[in-house]
Amino acid sequence: MSEQTPRSAPASTAVVVTGMGATTPLGGDVPSTWEAALAGRSGARPLTMPFVEELGLPVTFGGTLAVPATDVLPKHESKKLDPSAQYALIAGREAWAQAGAPEVEGERLGVVVATGIGGVTTLISAYDVLREKGPRRVLPLTVPMLMPNGAAGALAIEFGAQAGAHSPASACASGAEAIAYGAEMIRTGRADVVIAGGTEAAILALPIAAFASMHALSLRNDTPETASRPYDVTRDGFVLAEGAGVVVLESEAHATARGARVLGTIAGAGITSDAHHIAAPDPAGLGATRAMRAALQQAGAQPSDVVHVNAHATSTPVGDLAEVAALRSALGGALDGVAVSATKSMTGHLLGGAGSLEAIFCLKALEEGLAPPTINVTELDPQVDLDVVLDEPRKISTGSGALALNNSFGFGGHNAALAIAGPTGSAA
Amino acid sequence: MAQSENEILDGIAELVNEETGLPKESVEMDKSFTDDLDIDSLSMTSIVVHAEEKFGVTIPDEDSKNLRTVRDVVAYIQQAQG
Repeated sequence: MSEQTPRSAPASTAVVVTGMGATTPLGGDVPSTWEAALAGRSGARPLTMPFVEELGLPVTFGGTLAVPATDVLPKHESKKLDPSAQYALIAGREAWAQAGAPEVEGERLGVVVATGIGGVTTLISAYDVLREKGPRRVLPLTVPMLMPNGAAGALAIEFGAQAGAHSPASACASGAEAIAYGAEMIRTGRADVVIAGGTEAAILALPIAAFASMHALSLRNDTPETASRPYDVTRDGFVLAEGAGVVVLESEAHATARGARVLGTIAGAGITSDAHHIAAPDPAGLGATRAMRAALQQAGAQPSDVVHVNAHATSTPVGDLAEVAALRSALGGALDGVAVSATKSMTGHLLGGAGSLEAIFCLKALEEGLAPPTINVTELDPQVDLDVVLDEPRKISTGSGALALNNSFGFGGHNAALAIAGPTGSAA
Repeated sequence: MAQSENEILDGIAELVNEETGLPKESVEMDKSFTDDLDIDSLSMTSIVVHAEEKFGVTIPDEDSKNLRTVRDVVAYIQQAQG
């Protein structure tokens, strides 16, 4: 099938990236996060909130932000936004500044900011207030703070985006799906510039208890920093983390006209659904395979163009293997020698923020010619027939046509794959 | 126990600052919350909810909608604290 794909530029508008922003367990912005990732540092740490002991939670650690949002935002801003929207705003401002605060008509500027869970901090704390103090004490901004589109609305207001503000919810595929949707807004002519990404703030007692009840979380409470170990034979679940990654997407024509520095290209995106099980991945990874093929097809690329994969690889026993199968069927023999990184080994799992953060990692990898490491793998699962980048960053080719693939999958059977080209080469 | 007018004014100024980021000194007795300080109705409701807690009073909706200026609020709280 892919052999029949013409190796030419797609007829549609090229979508470039001109800004990146993030706040993560590894750092308060993209440079510090990337530096920590290349150094192989873990962002997992013991949780200090009182509820951990009070409620006897089975998991007592997580990937909390390296720089608390309340240290960055003034109180009058932070108190009006759920933490998930706060993180998106911090990342969005960094991305917008790096893009040079492009001058664009509001009606040509869009926002797509996704979250997997939405304003759950606000929902839970408002319910606590209701129970403890009664309905009169429930604040009037509770609804706009808890709604899952709150972050998208806040960024639209911040940057004056009037072409549409969207919040695709696809669990842990949300951040990647937001970038795919944003690229589509540009390709279909709805916008010239789109601020796109994902965010999550769900390190709270209820989500921890609920994910633990699914046996989705690692229970390595004694050694948080080694808990996330994708592809290791002893992996026992993911590490719940928080944060946001946001990019500024722009039509190539718009970026060129204003002389913007191009950081990379969203060459293609593929989105599919499994229709298999509400939480478990299709064991053969068929939907994931189709997503990767669709991304490559839109990029006008071949499997052999892929030099790097930032895998979804959350460190769950079942999920990691389903993705390995999908990668093999999507890329075939071309997968051999491709540098595969599982950066959740360091960041933990940002849920709705994961896909967009990992897209940023792909852009940085192509910019610097370095695939970030996968840490904590002491014994590679023999079923993982991938060339995993272990412990140290690895040089990758960044020539013309070189692509990175970014996979994100979510409960509900959502699959999103992004084909990303670096600043010097695009599949087009 | 009733607080002094200045104590209440300071407290209101603090709440307005936390809610909107406006400097505390801009919250003066004769300023209107909506016309002068540009505070929208949702933020105003938040300020009233916080004021009830801070000053230990109850400000029913039918009364709070008539509180136009900072002086109105200060006087209301002082009277309610009795």
